Amino acid sequence: MMIGINDILNLVTVLAIAWSCSLLGAFLVLRKVVMVGDAISHSVLPGIAIAYVFSQSFDSYFILLGAAVFGVFTTVIIDFFHKKLKLQEDASIGITFTWLFALGVIIISLFTEKNTDLDQDCVLFGDLGISFLDKIIVGGLFYGTRSMWMIFPIFILILGFIIKGWKGLQLISFDVEYAKSKGVNVSFWHYSFMLLVSVTTVMSFESVGAILVVGLLSIPPATAFLISEKLNKLLVLSCVFSTLACVLGILGSINFDVTMSSSIVVVSGILFVIVWLTKYVFSNLKTKAA
Amino acid sequence: MINNLHYFFEDAVAQKVLLGVAVIGFIAGIVGVFSFLRKKTLVADAISHAVLPGVCVGFIFAGTKDPVVLMIAAVVVGWLSVWMIDMIVRTTKLTEDAAIAIISTFFFAIGSVLLSYISKSENAEQTGLKNFLFGNAATMTELDVNVFVIVSLVILFVVVLFFKQFKLFCFDEAFSKVIGLKVKSIEFLLSTLTVLTVAIGIQAVGVVLMSALLIAPASAARYWTNKLSLMLVIAGLFGLFSGVSGVVISTFKDGMPTGPWIVTVLFLFTILTLLFAPKKGWYSIKRLNNFNKFKIMEENLLKVFFQYLENGKEELKVIEILEKRPVETNDLEKVLARLIKKGFLLKKGLKYQLTINGNVEAMRIVRSHRLWELYLTKRMKFKDDHIHGSAETIEHLITPEIELELLKELDFPKEDPHNKAIPYDDRDK
Repeated sequence: MMIGINDILNLVTVLAIAWSCSLLGAFLVLRKVVMVGDAISHSVLPGIAIAYVFSQSFDSYFILLGAAVFGVFTTVIIDFFHKKLKLQEDASIGITFTWLFALGVIIISLFTEKNTDLDQDCVLFGDLGISFLDKIIVGGLFYGTRSMWMIFPIFILILGFIIKGWKGLQLISFDVEYAKSKGVNVSFWHYSFMLLVSVTTVMSFESVGAILVVGLLSIPPATAFLISEKLNKLLVLSCVFSTLACVLGILGSINFDVTMSSSIVVVSGILFVIVWLTKYVFSNLKTKAA
Repeated sequence: MINNLHYFFEDAVAQKVLLGVAVIGFIAGIVGVFSFLRKKTLVADAISHAVLPGVCVGFIFAGTKDPVVLMIAAVVVGWLSVWMIDMIVRTTKLTEDAAIAIISTFFFAIGSVLLSYISKSENAEQTGLKNFLFGNAATMTELDVNVFVIVSLVILFVVVLFFKQFKLFCFDEAFSKVIGLKVKSIEFLLSTLTVLTVAIGIQAVGVVLMSALLIAPASAARYWTNKLSLMLVIAGLFGLFSGVSGVVISTFKDGMPTGPWIVTVLFLFTILTLLFAPKKGWYSIKRLNNFNKFKIMEENLLKVFFQYLENGKEELKVIEILEKRPVETNDLEKVLARLIKKGFLLKKGLKYQLTINGNVEAMRIVRSHRLWELYLTKRMKFKDDHIHGSAETIEHLITPEIELELLKELDFPKEDPHNKAIPYDDRDK
């Protein structure tokens, strides 16, 4: 097995995505809104499609804007269905993201030529290899890949957001009512959070796709949650699990020649099952001993 | 467009597709109702993601795209996903939404790994497996459609056979357990029906959109009726209609996908229902709220006139009304206009006065109020400083029948607890 420079670059980029997702995901798990995150990562598709139709490229800020708008739009529609129209929450989520995804597919089929780079495949699985290896070389010096330059600022933004808003985020994650009584602006944190989720999805979709984003938003934080419910431990542990998943997943994808994003999600799923079963067996032993 | 419609009447292949999609839409609508009522619609999303590895495993075992084999494999793996979600929720502190997200992406990733494994094999049959991913109604074969019809008939049969048990289970799980229903078996049966439905539906709309086919018809149907049997029929027909119109719309332009159009029709129909359904829609509820709001304001104003009348003042200026009952001037003008239109008030220059009918109505409200206060103190032993608030609300709800009951119960009293006269309409006597 040969591990080249490209694989190292892949790993670095994927790790930035993975950490962004697992940090965000930890809060989603605590706030019991994982499916909203899942929904957002599907429903940014029309935003991407519209922006692509207008600008005919993936390079522009339009894509970012389009996706951010649709990401927040998704949360707004879900809330509208659930709170205004009194539809139960699970159905509100299910209807909203499927329709937005469908809308995206329709826009693509109506306005783009048959053989564009943009299709459902690309959104779900990402289109590795090509964009990933777009190197930025200025004056003979290598400055990293394009994907790296897209995802790193987002990662830093998320990190800053969490550090700056630690108190507020902690409060709304564990007790919304208490947070409200303390004067925390719950909907501000909620919407900025969902905005970050959608921006992360968009930044990653080109390289790794929605599947990996949803997988990393939910699985590593949930695995960490099985071990600790303390916020700081949860964040660290979910980064640890996502790092493990990325390293093993990339090795697996090189070894078995399968898609990288799927391979990473499979590995993190296996890690989850291992932790889950171990914990289950141990707690059973404990109750038996007692 | 007219050419397109011709095509559906004449072309045998197109008719097969249409039949297939209609059957899928109908059965998904019906099965979705049960998931909806149990608030488990997102589990359907996990199932549809899990069907992908199921289909791949089936293909690897059989080496062909035999729909029966693929379906059996899909059902087994789909069931596994439901079971795992259930186990996660039961044995950990994770909530259902996290469990669903974990299982759906995990299984889907396994599926796509298997898919890329298969695509590297030499087997020529593998083309078209991707249709399970994104759905493609146009590629349904006659064999596929026949399988769909048979499976749907089986599902329909099971639903009719176990209708009573399903109904009880969906509306009150605890109760159905207490009266000795085998809750576990019913749950297993319902999940199996969902898995089967997803397994056939996924070929028409694909993994991502399949859950819409289960969720949307049920959501809309719930706003039309409270009766389960009727809800099933409405959801089924609505699914059927959306399926067929989705197929028809997608033929208007070359290369347009079927599944997304089906979902779009579903969505539009659902949102229209949620907004404008009689009784339960957003608009009806808003209108009812508005009606009640004005009814209460009207009755409160009449009371004000009556209270002034008790003190010997017949004609009131706006400012005097506002002294007793501060409301927004905008609302006040509207309410005064409505009362004049109903013939309860007369306008004399800048002043207002009760008509005879208005006086009768005002007396009725004040009577209700004071009767209720008396009832609370006499029968419920309330202190007389605790009764006004309750009476202020209940006066708008007391019907003539209840009023008569109160009168009999209290033996046509003369005074309320605050020693104010209870007004009677002289014409009654």
